[in-house]
Parts: sequence; structure tokens; C-alpha cells
Amino acid sequence: MKLKEILEALEAELLTKDADLDTEVSCAFGSDLISDILHCTKEKTLLLTGLTNPQVIRLSDMIDLYGIVFVRGKKPSPEIVKMAEERQLPLISTQYTLYKTSGILFNKGLRSCKI
Amino acid sequence: MPEYWYIKPGYEERTRKFLENKPQPEVSSDFEIKEHDFVNAGMASGEIKLSLKRLGVKSEILRRVAIAAYEAEINIAAHSKGGKITADIFPELIHIKLQDNGPGLEDIEQCMQPGFSTANELVREMGFGAGLGLPNIKKNTDVMHIESEYGKTTFLEIIIYFE
Repeated sequence: MKLKEILEALEAELLTKDADLDTEVSCAFGSDLISDILHCTKEKTLLLTGLTNPQVIRLSDMIDLYGIVFVRGKKPSPEIVKMAEERQLPLISTQYTLYKTSGILFNKGLRSCKI
Repeated sequence: MPEYWYIKPGYEERTRKFLENKPQPEVSSDFEIKEHDFVNAGMASGEIKLSLKRLGVKSEILRRVAIAAYEAEINIAAHSKGGKITADIFPELIHIKLQDNGPGLEDIEQCMQPGFSTANELVREMGFGAGLGLPNIKKNTDVMHIESEYGKTTFLEIIIYFE
């Protein structure tokens, strides 16, 4: 699934500049616990989360992320968006809950990442 | 001081020799970690990963080093009064040593149990406190050694072999 299709399906807003929306995303993982995210992501993944602190961006220095979808209408501060832009990490914000976001993407064929 | 040792089966002899011989690292870097500094926490681990990447260490090893170092770095920021990380890189392994300024662990075995956490509200709001920090470190390392006493400090060292 391409990033632009994910944006459309989630009626979401792209927060970072210069993101390559044709990037093909192969799988996703959703959690609000950092250790769970580290524990469960063995392959490059799209992260769905409600966490908007700088540590979510730091995570992308440790594990490979296609991008981050912030759920429940959450938006990180401009400083955090800048951190993501420096890393060329696309950030997306949707009004949908984590459950609904996951359901929509799963139904569109985006599989769960290997854990 | 109470201590905890984990050595992955098959690595005992190699590890004993390494710790006894105390060889000089090819590269050694020090990092200061401040209490509750959740803006900068994780930078040291990111830099350690990058140094290894530049040396051509393969990606599966990079992932393990990054996760173990990050969990340990966050532990210092979240639970201690600050501390120091030293990362020593050798041709065949990385040896990371973390020393904090207290308060020490009450019960190391209990801290090793998945789900056990002493994280406060501030730390939990940041997405930490799942009780998976030390288990995640163990899962990703070949050697893990903790020395800690409540009221004193905690020392943690980890070794990850490149092959």
C-alpha cells in the first residue's frame, strides 16, 4: 500500500514536508508503549501510535520505520515535526482511533508486521 | 553487591577470556545521560548504532545493539539520578557499560520479570514503563551483567558479538 493511499483511507493530514508519497508500505504495527514497539518490530514497519513526544522520533534511529501515523487527532509539536523532517520520516495525523485506523488499513490489505 | 549474569549458551569461554584479558578497544565513546531528559535520551544509542553502521556491521546486529543500548539509556533517564555510558568497540564485539548515580535496584530478579515496572506517571506518559526494559536488553544481547544495591548505584554491562 502506498503512503498516499494510506493518507486517503485515513482522511489524514501529512505533517512533514517533502515526503515521498509513492513509498510502498508493506506492514504496520500499533502501540502506545515504546518497549512494545521495540520488542515487536523485526522488519521495516509503519507505526500507528498516540504518542507524540520526541522519543517516538528517536525510535526511528533504532528501528526502521516507513513513517508514523498519529491517531485520535494527535499532532506533535513543530520541533518534533522538524526532527522527523531531518530524518526524512513521514508523519501523518488522523482523527480516527487506533482501533479504527488499524481496521481500515487491515481491510485494505496492509498486513501486521512480523513480531 | 547483588549481581545478575546472563551469558548466551556457547559464549561462556569467549566472554570469560574477553573480560579477563581486558583488551584495548579500537574506539571508545562516552556519553552523559541526565535525569528525566526525555528530549535527548536516545541520542547516545543512535550514535553508537551509527558508528557500527559506518564500520560495516550487519543490520541485524545493528538492530540488536540499538534496542539494547536504547532501553538501557532510557532506564538511566527514566529511573536514575543520571549516569554515564561508555561504548567500547572491538573488531569482533561491542562492550557497552552503563553506570548511574543511584538509587539502585531493590530486587534485580524482580526487575528482570517482564511486566514489572517502577515507572512513575511522568515516565508512563512518555510511553515507557511497560516493564520490558531489562527483558528487552537480555533478548538482544549475548552477555548482560548487572550489579546493583538499593540506596547505591546500578552498573550494567552488555556485550554483543558481531558474528
